[in-house]
Amino acid sequence: MSVGSEIRTTPFHKMHVDAGAKMVPFAGYEMPVSYPLGIKKEHTHTRLRAGLFDVSHMGQIKLTGEDTMSALESLVPVDIVDLPLMKTRYALFTNKNGGVMDDLMVTNLGNNSLFLVVNAACKYADYDHLKNQLGANCEVELSEDLALLALQGPKAAMVLSEYAPSIKEMTFMTAKQVLINDIECFITRSGYTGEDGFEISLPANNAERLASLLLSSDEVEWIGLGARDSLRLEAGLSLYGHELDDNHSPVESSLNWALSKVRRSGGQREGGYLGDNIVLSHLNDCPELKIVGLLPEGKMPVRDGALIEDEDGLEVGEVTSGGFGPSLDKPIAIARLKTKYTKKQLKLFALVRGKRIAVEVVNLPFVKHNYYRG
Amino acid sequence: MSIKYSEDHEWVDVKEDDLVVIGITDFAQEQLGDLVYVELPEVGDECSRGDNISVIESVKAASDLVAPVSGSIIEVNSRLEDEPEIVTEDSMGEGWFIKVKLSNPEELNDLLDEDAYNKFIED
Repeated sequence: MSVGSEIRTTPFHKMHVDAGAKMVPFAGYEMPVSYPLGIKKEHTHTRLRAGLFDVSHMGQIKLTGEDTMSALESLVPVDIVDLPLMKTRYALFTNKNGGVMDDLMVTNLGNNSLFLVVNAACKYADYDHLKNQLGANCEVELSEDLALLALQGPKAAMVLSEYAPSIKEMTFMTAKQVLINDIECFITRSGYTGEDGFEISLPANNAERLASLLLSSDEVEWIGLGARDSLRLEAGLSLYGHELDDNHSPVESSLNWALSKVRRSGGQREGGYLGDNIVLSHLNDCPELKIVGLLPEGKMPVRDGALIEDEDGLEVGEVTSGGFGPSLDKPIAIARLKTKYTKKQLKLFALVRGKRIAVEVVNLPFVKHNYYRG
Repeated sequence: MSIKYSEDHEWVDVKEDDLVVIGITDFAQEQLGDLVYVELPEVGDECSRGDNISVIESVKAASDLVAPVSGSIIEVNSRLEDEPEIVTEDSMGEGWFIKVKLSNPEELNDLLDEDAYNKFIED
């Protein structure tokens, strides 16, 4: 499958333009970066009420066949075989060097069917990867006629339950098929803001109808990609191309929590994915690199690419994501540092336009997660 | 006197023959969105037309303020360091950035007048 060079639009494009969104090219799509509310207020609205995000640019892939669960396990260091019915799990595609090709959400639909949500910029590469590696045994289908909405924030459940009362029973990382005004919706209680919320997959031809319904609530506003990024940054969540890349293993990206026990050394299904020897050696030895939070002193944002050095000017790492955290009202950053320099009492500095900005190493997330676990 | 504009979306308010106040246009502040930090030059710095003299940080990204004229910086709006949102609220007034004593007042002739600037941003 290939990508045309022309810019694409999602089924909500007209709604964004009508809402006064600032549209920008992103991963081959024209997407809303912000609405007239502005990034800061959109961010705060999501933390306090409910934000509606168009994430239809992301890849929605269905895997079907005879033995899809163990097939997918050959590409991810995660337990898929024992993933319960209608449960969702975070996973990573590794490469042969143990680096990360993409991160994804996997849901077990039952009957040997899996539903994958992957990053927009990686979706065609992921599709090719799945086809090449699993195509002999699995049917791989990258949907081009589904939309994806995320409804995020402390009021998300209240709003959505007006139309689908059964979603109240769902806990974080579970899935449900529901009808909302005759629209077939596939809902997972998940998201990427750190708040409670839902991702709703639905047919593109009903997309506007559902979005209008949700927006009719006083609690709900459209939220653009700008606030989506500041929300995930505060929540300390990894973003492909920033904290995750081809050159660093999941361990060097501090994603040990995502590596299932049964796939680790001594586990029942140890290894068995691309680059497993490297990932397992990083996991068993103390990794040389680690992801941490940084709080820069003062008001100047420290952005990705900024180098981090110690008092003597020795380079100890690099900022992977950085900017401003509206909920904290100050600059925040995520960095990959040499592990021995992540001790909190060390004095570290970020280099921004030739200036040294003192930074404090802190634990992630910056803002506590508010997932609904029942 | 009169206000001139640059294609980099700065306004230049000509106070005397060789004294100007510089800020960013309303169009520029709308494009940038919420501002979170402004890094100003030092009083006494010299700038040449085209130099990056200030950094404007929005939630999303850092952008440069490009000197629309050459000269020496005689005053900066240090209020912006603590309250960058003034630029969003009043970009053409309270949200000014710097005052410059021009070294080459002829450069003013290369700037746009209001009509030409409005036409420029429409295109």
